[in-house]
Amino acid sequence: MNPKMHAIRVGLSRGWTELKQSLRSPQDQMFYLITSAGILAYLWFRRNTEIEGTDLLLPSFAMPSILGAMIAFGVVIGPAYSLAMEREDGTLLRSKAVPHGMLGYVTGQLTYQSANLVPSLASILIPSFFLFDNLMHKGVSGWLTMLWVVVLGLLATLPIGIIIGSLVPGVQKVGTWGMFPILLLAGISGIFTTMDSLWGWVKVVAQIFPMYWMALGMRSAFLPDAAAAVEITGSWRTLETVGVLSLWAVFGLVVAPIVLKRMAQKQSGSAVEAAREQAGQWLR
Amino acid sequence: MIGSDTVVRVRDLRMTYGTVVVLDGVDFDIRKGEVVTLLGPNGAGKTTTIEILEGFRGRSAGEIEVLGADPAKGNEDWRARTGVVLQSWRDHPRWTPRRLLNHLGRYYEPYSTPDRPRPRNVDELIEMVGLEEKADQKIVTLSGGQRRRLDVAIGIIGRPELLFLDEPTAGFDPQARREFHDLVHRLSDFEDTTILLTTHDLDEAERLADRILILAGGRIVADGSADELARQVAGEAQVKWSCKGEHFVHSTPDATGYVRNLFLQHGELIQDLEVRRASLEDTYITMVQQQETGGRDKVIVPFDRNNRADAEEAVTP
Repeated sequence: MNPKMHAIRVGLSRGWTELKQSLRSPQDQMFYLITSAGILAYLWFRRNTEIEGTDLLLPSFAMPSILGAMIAFGVVIGPAYSLAMEREDGTLLRSKAVPHGMLGYVTGQLTYQSANLVPSLASILIPSFFLFDNLMHKGVSGWLTMLWVVVLGLLATLPIGIIIGSLVPGVQKVGTWGMFPILLLAGISGIFTTMDSLWGWVKVVAQIFPMYWMALGMRSAFLPDAAAAVEITGSWRTLETVGVLSLWAVFGLVVAPIVLKRMAQKQSGSAVEAAREQAGQWLR
Repeated sequence: MIGSDTVVRVRDLRMTYGTVVVLDGVDFDIRKGEVVTLLGPNGAGKTTTIEILEGFRGRSAGEIEVLGADPAKGNEDWRARTGVVLQSWRDHPRWTPRRLLNHLGRYYEPYSTPDRPRPRNVDELIEMVGLEEKADQKIVTLSGGQRRRLDVAIGIIGRPELLFLDEPTAGFDPQARREFHDLVHRLSDFEDTTILLTTHDLDEAERLADRILILAGGRIVADGSADELARQVAGEAQVKWSCKGEHFVHSTPDATGYVRNLFLQHGELIQDLEVRRASLEDTYITMVQQQETGGRDKVIVPFDRNNRADAEEAVTP
């Protein structure tokens, strides 16, 4: 039995257990409920707003963008909070104390955070199809596009969450270093409005980060090709989307393990004890 | 060269944080199957020492071998042979004890050997630490003492050859404490587990440990069994008796000889005889005080099991 492969298998089942526990937890159910209710309400109240330059209504246009943003948000903020919190409560140290435990822990995190996308996307997508018409214009090929955008987007953004979670000094700082920049990016990445309404330099900044490209990729999956007219350069820029997201994925896959390893090395009982002085129990 | 039955060997261990010297030349050995307690006042460096041995913390200087390897470079195979119970864990709040034990136990599966089957059976383990009632409740609902017992269970799930316990009984009620002591005896007697634990509780140290190390001022100031420590450091025993209605008290290093003389002189007139040897607590307080007031030179480092004169010489400046 190869201990490393074995630890990865243990980690996969760990992630699965975490997912089941999350789905059963009233705290997490509330989170899904509130997020999805908020987004659906926004779309519902603006269901008759037309998007300039197209013959689409706002829900059709914004829904795919929101899904893209949600993936980015979920897999950045999710692991960032988990890591920061589980560093403080001793989960990481516990994993360090068992053979190949860190490998299992990280596998578990990746599994859980990725699998977690299914319920969070479903909680928006499914009710949307009951509430709004004309969401998916492209049928099967659209769903396939969505699939690769989700997978590539996941690879591009999940490591960022791990890097933030490893670097932040404490759970409270995840807001400052994770939540705040992400919300800012969501504001300038053409999620709720078209990119046209933004200043030129803001557009440039937005296009550096994966969120814009994930939203764009999702729109290309859901919307008719004519709708590409309102995009920058008037096309879906599929190649560029793949390129930028892949670059981020490579960056993350190189940097995240280094940062994670350095952080894990610093874990000790006294570090956990020190964190305990500062914070109470976070998760219930 | 490390002996075949030496599990832990520490030589001239030093640890400095900035300008603060926490460990200032610590030396000790732990042999296979021994239960050793590290005693010392708060801030003496007990946790630092144990964390260095666990491989969770680097050191400034010194030579260390734990299970034949330097813990700073201990790999995962080495890790599988150790068990760790740290001070403050409040992790995995959503898991149940049974689920968590099953999960963490699986990491040890590749390390199972015929004489040390790993991991331990979870049901047996839950019973061993007395968590049957809470086994399927969320961990967040466990009381402090129950959580501590879970920590101990996790520490021994991989049937470690060497177990580190940092303040294991903090928050235990007297009965839980007694059960924990039985558990430690069981691990050491039947499974040949070597155990290093820290505690504040002198009574516990006396009850559990084959050997006690007192850490004060960054050094080991005493090393011996509770009995040896009490005899050799605090030295004198107190003899109380009454003779013809009058009460007497006398302090002497040789209580047995003194009492023999008493009986030779007064025979049946001696009543209410009471001999009280210095307790571990007396010893401990004496040593820590000497360390605190006496400075480095007067620290009682030599601890000779047979030669009292030497030990006394070292005590007196």
